[in-house]
Amino acid sequence: MSEAAGVIHDIGYQRYSGPRLGRGYVFSSMYVHGLRTAFGLGRSAKAKIFPWFVVGVVFLTGTILAAVRAQIPDAGVTYTAFVDMMAWLVVFFVAVVAPELVSRDLRAGVLPLYFSRPLRRTDYAYAKLAALATAVWLLLGAPQVVMFLVAAFSADNMSQFWTEVGDVGPGLFYAALWAALFAGIGLLVASLTGKRAFAAGGIVAVFLMTTPIVGVMSVMPSQTMNELALLFSPSSLVFGVGMWLFGTADGDTDSIGPFGPLYLAVTIGVVAGCVALLQARYRKVASS
Amino acid sequence: MTALSDLTVSVQPGIVGLVGANGAGKSTLIKILLGLLAPTSGRVRVLDLDPTVDAAAVRARVGYMPEHESLSPDLSAAEFVTHLGRVSGLPRTAARERASEALRHVGLYEERYRQIGGYSTGMKQRVKLAQALVHDPDLLLLDEPTNGLDPAGRDAMLALIHRIGNEFGISVVVCSHLLGEVERICDSLVAIDGGRLLRSDNISAMTTVTDVLAVEVSEGIDQLAARLDLLGLPSRRDGRLLLVPLEDDATYDRILSAVAELDLPLHRLDQRRHRVAELFATREVTHV
Repeated sequence: MSEAAGVIHDIGYQRYSGPRLGRGYVFSSMYVHGLRTAFGLGRSAKAKIFPWFVVGVVFLTGTILAAVRAQIPDAGVTYTAFVDMMAWLVVFFVAVVAPELVSRDLRAGVLPLYFSRPLRRTDYAYAKLAALATAVWLLLGAPQVVMFLVAAFSADNMSQFWTEVGDVGPGLFYAALWAALFAGIGLLVASLTGKRAFAAGGIVAVFLMTTPIVGVMSVMPSQTMNELALLFSPSSLVFGVGMWLFGTADGDTDSIGPFGPLYLAVTIGVVAGCVALLQARYRKVASS
Repeated sequence: MTALSDLTVSVQPGIVGLVGANGAGKSTLIKILLGLLAPTSGRVRVLDLDPTVDAAAVRARVGYMPEHESLSPDLSAAEFVTHLGRVSGLPRTAARERASEALRHVGLYEERYRQIGGYSTGMKQRVKLAQALVHDPDLLLLDEPTNGLDPAGRDAMLALIHRIGNEFGISVVVCSHLLGEVERICDSLVAIDGGRLLRSDNISAMTTVTDVLAVEVSEGIDQLAARLDLLGLPSRRDGRLLLVPLEDDATYDRILSAVAELDLPLHRLDQRRHRVAELFATREVTHV
């Protein structure tokens, strides 16, 4: 018997001489991890329940709407109307997922592990924001794709097909607006506390508390006030932009009057403001 | 507030102990080394890089184990360490392989697919060490690595750190407020207090001067001190004792004859084996 046969080889510590990738890869690692976290992937079964319940609801709704549209072409259920229908579900999704993405890191003290690596503080916030926005956009966009496929395959001719293409495009863009605004607000609120329950409550509160303002404004005697009312709550704000850009099913754009561009500007301003505050927040967190 | 001032120290590869009481400035020093804080004045070089300029390059080659709890409880150790490996720039496959390796080296191979939330304190400390090792750093910064461990856990952690410093070819800086621990594994020690350097030296250089003779006489202590000075034996007052460095066996005889010549009543003459801790403590006193 050879001597080597009886020896257990401890290969010991191996140095790593392979590539070390740069900023883009590090960012995408954070982004992909965030996106997986949003849907509970790589985590416990309990963490998967809520996201996949929401996924189930949006796809069920999308499928039903697709069926309705196939039966009754003039029912008025457009792609953008689907997004509006899902508004409150998305609020709850953001309220649950945003704290999972950022409050958990604050609470568990993981940030020092991130910031002692070649990950920039700004990239941390951007990656989390991009992950949440993508998750919301997928929730609102993927069922639209289902609706589109059903409509496209049941289209009688090419012109009907192109009409559908012309409708789903704005629908997906509208979904992206929602995603950017909701993710921005949700993540900013969640980044303020390490307690997930507080963060979730705070996010829902932002959306709930602002709704009465819209209600009061819209019954004021001034028509200008009424037309500006929708500016004051995140969900009605995007709704206003959608109304201006794509119109509603019944062609009604009276409720925002001539202020369409203002609605879009405010939406962009709010998103930019959230991003700026989020960055300021992480500059503070990282140096503490 | 100044956490660190007039601290000039350079350390050689190997295991370096950074000791000081809580609040001495150890964590601030680590943050500066990682480029997370910029020093208000002065110069830092880590692995021949300047962390204030090249923070990402420094952090890619440094592993950091923070003092406080810093793990995501809802992830498995394998998932968590892999993710952090990717954030350090390791490609996907390499990150997974090295995460398994790092967890094997810290003794968590079997448990690596369990959620971290269910781990004991000792296991969590090991995960923290594994995440600092995953990207094969050239320098490890360990902040209170034995925090919260029982005596057996402490011994195991110290043995592991010793192995990393001596067999893995990685330089290690161990921060601790417990001198007794670090002096067992370190090649050199840096002691700071109130942000100032107390002493920085090789541990062997320190232990050679730690043997002193304690002389107690009931009167004439100043006389004796003066006489010993004449004989080339520098002594130091410590309460009612005179402490004299023990150079060789002849030191005993020279002290005894000095006492006999002065005709002083000798109470006690014995050898004290100073721990490094006492060495630092006495130096501190002499500076005040």
